[in-house]
Order: sequence, then structure tokens, then C-alpha cells
Amino acid sequence: MKRYFHEELEDVRSHLMLMGEKAIANVNLAMRALLDSDLATAQQVRAADDRIDEIEKQIDDEVARYIGLRAPVARDLRLLFVAIKASHDLERVGDEATSIAKRTAKILKTGSSTDDLGRLPRMCELAVGMLKDALHCFIDEDSTRAIAISERDEEVDSLNRENFRYFLDMMKKDPKRVDFGTEMVFISKSMERIADHAQNIAEEVYYLLTTHSLKEVIADRKSV
Amino acid sequence: MALVKDNPKVITSSKTSSSMATEKPEPKRPLIRVADFDFYYGEKQALFDINMDMKENEVTAFIGPSGCGKSTLLRCINRMNDLVEVARIGRGKIEVNGADIYDPRVDTIELRKRVGMVFQKSNPFPKSIYENVIYGLRIQGINKKSVLDEAVERCLKGAALWDEVRDRLDTSGLSLSGGQQQRLCIARALAVEPDILLMDEPCSALDPVATAKVEELIHSLKKEYTIVIVTHNMQQAARVSDKTAFFYLGKLIEMAKTDEIFMSPKNEQTEAYISGRFG
Repeated sequence: MKRYFHEELEDVRSHLMLMGEKAIANVNLAMRALLDSDLATAQQVRAADDRIDEIEKQIDDEVARYIGLRAPVARDLRLLFVAIKASHDLERVGDEATSIAKRTAKILKTGSSTDDLGRLPRMCELAVGMLKDALHCFIDEDSTRAIAISERDEEVDSLNRENFRYFLDMMKKDPKRVDFGTEMVFISKSMERIADHAQNIAEEVYYLLTTHSLKEVIADRKSV
Repeated sequence: MALVKDNPKVITSSKTSSSMATEKPEPKRPLIRVADFDFYYGEKQALFDINMDMKENEVTAFIGPSGCGKSTLLRCINRMNDLVEVARIGRGKIEVNGADIYDPRVDTIELRKRVGMVFQKSNPFPKSIYENVIYGLRIQGINKKSVLDEAVERCLKGAALWDEVRDRLDTSGLSLSGGQQQRLCIARALAVEPDILLMDEPCSALDPVATAKVEELIHSLKKEYTIVIVTHNMQQAARVSDKTAFFYLGKLIEMAKTDEIFMSPKNEQTEAYISGRFG
């Protein structure tokens, strides 16, 4: 039997999905601005982030109201906790995309070329893929996909370390590129954090679906 | 105190057997054990193959839709169902403190002293508050005033009612509010020093303030007593119990720690019931 107020859980679920789509779109937009050296696109990212913040606030209000009025338990309660945590992660993803856009604008205003981005495009491809998969875990209720997301996070971490060495080397060789290299180190770090948030969301969804800790499951797999 | 008329070794009080003080608390042991238990009202089977343990100094909540057998099982624990003519056990047993309570030699009066009961509707006797509390002691032939005075104060304090009625012990129990009457009935049950308190929807007729008082009382009483409570209020089960058992159509579907039942139940029917999706 479905009660009338269970529709409100569907609203929370839909808003989380919408927030996820907008956060992914903003990461792609920020990367596009950098790849195309497009200042106008970079400015769009900053404007779009406000909408992500609004949806987070909406989810917070919906969750607080549901807990206060409906006394949820079990999976319903886990869903609400996951919604709060995942929406916070997605809000942070939006902030990191904005940070990338701001740094891109800074680079473009100095007239630096953006034709050498090191391993950033590959990092972006992985991080966005992780975010999409984390959201698909949620939509399809597929906990197995969450494990693969964790494995990709390690690859992103490794690429970030490569980027750090690469841009440090670039700055050493050509001091005129210090401003660009510094911004790129920060942009790379932002992309690495986006992947971390995707990993967090995967862990939260895994808990929602199984009540177990994904970290512990992965640690057990590694110890075998 | 023995439950069996001719063999005092069969059942002992859990309080006397566990009173040895030790430095480390011993793990809680099952005080009530239900094993392979089938129960019938005439031809109709009300309980099917129930197996469960209820540990001492824990609160166990029975939940489930009406007619699921939770009150039937509760009443089996102190043999209240003996009073129903067509009621009978199919197979299995219920043990209290290691002894089969359906052993023909068991004295049901002694059993019901050991296993007290509080009902859905408070049922004070049309007597003074004082006489209500000591009713069970009077039946046992205890009439010494100092003993009775001590029992009244102890039990009313135990039932968190002493401060509200200490100055009017000679007024009628029926003059109290609904919540106070229910706590008076709990005090009356405590007077005969039971090991176990069975509560059949004790708050269903109470307002939220009186309910909160009874719930606080249940929480404090579990230090001394083992409590089994039947409730239709999911939040009450979540608040007051250590273990929760979900029944459906006479079967025990799932029993686990209360936080597990309300956060991550294993059974889909349990999940559907507690989250209001049942039916």
C-alpha cells in the first residue's frame, strides 16, 4: 500500500536527480570553457551554480519536513539521510565547477594559451563518468556499480599527482608560465575533489541500498 | 518462590538466581523462551511455530497488524489464555527462567505473580489508592501495616506516581486521571514483586503526556524487570524497546534489535509494515 505522503519521497528523489544533472552539466561547462578558451561560457557556470544551491535548499526543506511530519523509518529514513548528504556533495561539485570557471577566466584574461592541459581532460572524463554512474546507482538501485566507481577514484588521484608534477615541471622550465601552471594545479585539484564527491555519493547510495559501508566492502576485497 | 506446587526446584525466581554480585556484568540470558510454539482457538490456529527468546532486563516490543497473534502470545506467557475455554496449545513450549510454564504441575497463581500484566484499559479496583496497590499482598495474607506501608511507597515510587498521590492515598483509585490509573495498575503489578511485566497496549487510551510518563516508567523499570509490550504505535516500539518482534498472520516474521528493525529490517514485510506500506 502506498500512502499519500510517499509521493513526497519521490519529490526528494527527483530533486536529487535534477541537482545531479545540473552539477554534471556545470562541470562539463567549466571544462568546455577551458578547452575552448571561452570566457562567456566560464561566466555561465557561475550563474548556473546558483540554481544548484537553490535545489539543495529545497531538498533540505523537504527532508526536514518529512522527518518532522511523517516519522520515517528504515529505507525511507536512509533515503532522507542520503539525500541530505548527497545533495551537499553535489553542491560542493557545483562549487568546484565554479572555482574551475573562475580560474579559467583568470587564465583567459592574462592571455595565456590553454592548449596544454596535461591530464585534465582525462580526469574530467573520469570524474563526470563517476558522477553519472553514482546517479545511475541511485536511479537503478544498483549497488554493484558503486564498487567500480571507487576503483576509478584511485585513477583520478593518480592523474592529479601526474598533473602536479607536470605543471611544476612546466613552471620550472618556463617561468612565464608560472601563473598558468599555478591555476592549472588548483584546477586539477578541483577536478580531483569532484571525483571524491562522486565517490562519496556512491558510498551513500551503497549504504542506502545495502545498509553496509562501501569502504569496508572494498577493504575486504583488497585484503582477499 | 516456586511456580510448581510439588517440585520447588523446577522454577526459581530470576532475581534470586541472578543476585550474585560480580565485578563484570554477566551477559543477559533469556528469561522467557518460546520454542516451536503452536496455539489454537478451537480449530483456528492463532500462532505458528513461534521461536524466540526474551532476555532479562530488556524490553521486547511485539508489533504487527490486528489479529497477527501478538496479544495471544503475550497472554500465553502468563497463561491468561487458560481462561479462554477453546484455547489450547498445539505443540511446543514456553519457558520462564528455564521451566516449562505449561507443565501440568505449575501453579498458575504463582506464575501470574511472577509474570505480571498491565492491560490496554486501566482497571483499578473501586478501592483506595492504598488498597489497590496492596491488593495482591492482601490476597497472599500479608496484613502487617509496616510491610504494607513500605510496599505502597516502594511500588508507587516504582510506578512514578508517589509524588502525585502521596497525600491522598485513601482516595479512590477511580478518582485518578487515565494516565495515573494506568500507573496505579503498574504499581499494583509491582507489589507482588514479579520478574516479568507484560503490557498489552498500555498507552493506547492515554494522551501524549500520560504516554510519555508511562514510557519513561518502562525505561526505568527495565533495570529491575523484564518487560514485554504489545503496541500498535511504531514510534513507541522504537522509543521504549531493546528488541522488536514483528508478527503477521500468527507467524513471527522477524525479531531483532529495535534499531536494526527500524533502520534496516531484513524482511520486506517488516519494512512494509513499519513504513506504513502494508496492506
